[in-house]
Amino acid sequence: MISACRFVIGIAALVVTAGLAGCGEQEQVVVYHQGKYQGKPDTKPWENDPAVSVYTTSKWKAGDKSGWETALKSRTENQNEYTRAE
Amino acid sequence: MARMKFLCDAERCIECNGCVTACKQENEVPWGVNRRRVVTLNDGVPGEKSISVACMHCSDAPCMAVCPVDCFYHTEEGLVLHDKDLCIGCGYCFYACPFGAPQFPQAGAFGMRGKMDKCTFCAGGPEKDNSKEEFAKYGSNRLAQGKLPACAEMCSTKALLGGDGDVIADIFRNRALKRGKGSEVWGWGTAYGKPDHPQQQAPKGAKS
Repeated sequence: MISACRFVIGIAALVVTAGLAGCGEQEQVVVYHQGKYQGKPDTKPWENDPAVSVYTTSKWKAGDKSGWETALKSRTENQNEYTRAE
Repeated sequence: MARMKFLCDAERCIECNGCVTACKQENEVPWGVNRRRVVTLNDGVPGEKSISVACMHCSDAPCMAVCPVDCFYHTEEGLVLHDKDLCIGCGYCFYACPFGAPQFPQAGAFGMRGKMDKCTFCAGGPEKDNSKEEFAKYGSNRLAQGKLPACAEMCSTKALLGGDGDVIADIFRNRALKRGKGSEVWGWGTAYGKPDHPQQQAPKGAKS
């Protein structure tokens, strides 16, 4: 008799717990911040190791931002044919 | 580093469409979408001017301002990129852009408009750099390989310059100072060189 009573109480507790959990308010959609980028974060171009790319003349170490900038600047200077012709 | 910019020299552009081809080849852009195109004013008239146009990666980008789902972002290099997973293809950015940069692939019997596609300055998008996913959605990520946009690097006359705004501005300034202006810029003298002895007359009977 006592065990049956415990069983009923246990079931009732489970039902109440499940019922209350159903009342909880969960966000169903992406939280929207007006005017702010909502997409995935992007990686930085200098975070790569240039060794993985083919046919590149630029050299820098992965994560070295200034090295990447220097490499890209020298590549940009190649567009100046006045200095290339000298 | 300053902001990454494009600069097109209208005096040099010969409307060869090499930049358009380079872009399509590099990024495997879908049929009907042109991330870059060449616009010509006074076509066929002496002195016509051509200019290569794509996304100018505006510092205060109107596409970014009107996007209802805020899928655009500015990178540290000043590039305007977007997340295609968020884009709903509404076309607001197309109306807002003064350069007509946003493009929409069309497919199906009713020409359904797909997600927006535009020039990324060959910098890919918000996927792992140089991954298959990034290439499929956004095209090549040349910046992460230490290269510049394919269009600028392929330009045969170097009319289209791309890179750090300060550096390309210096290149253009130097060029403008050296080449002069008016008839010095284009025409016979530029194409075939100036005469060594301007006072010397052509012999009689010779073709001019």
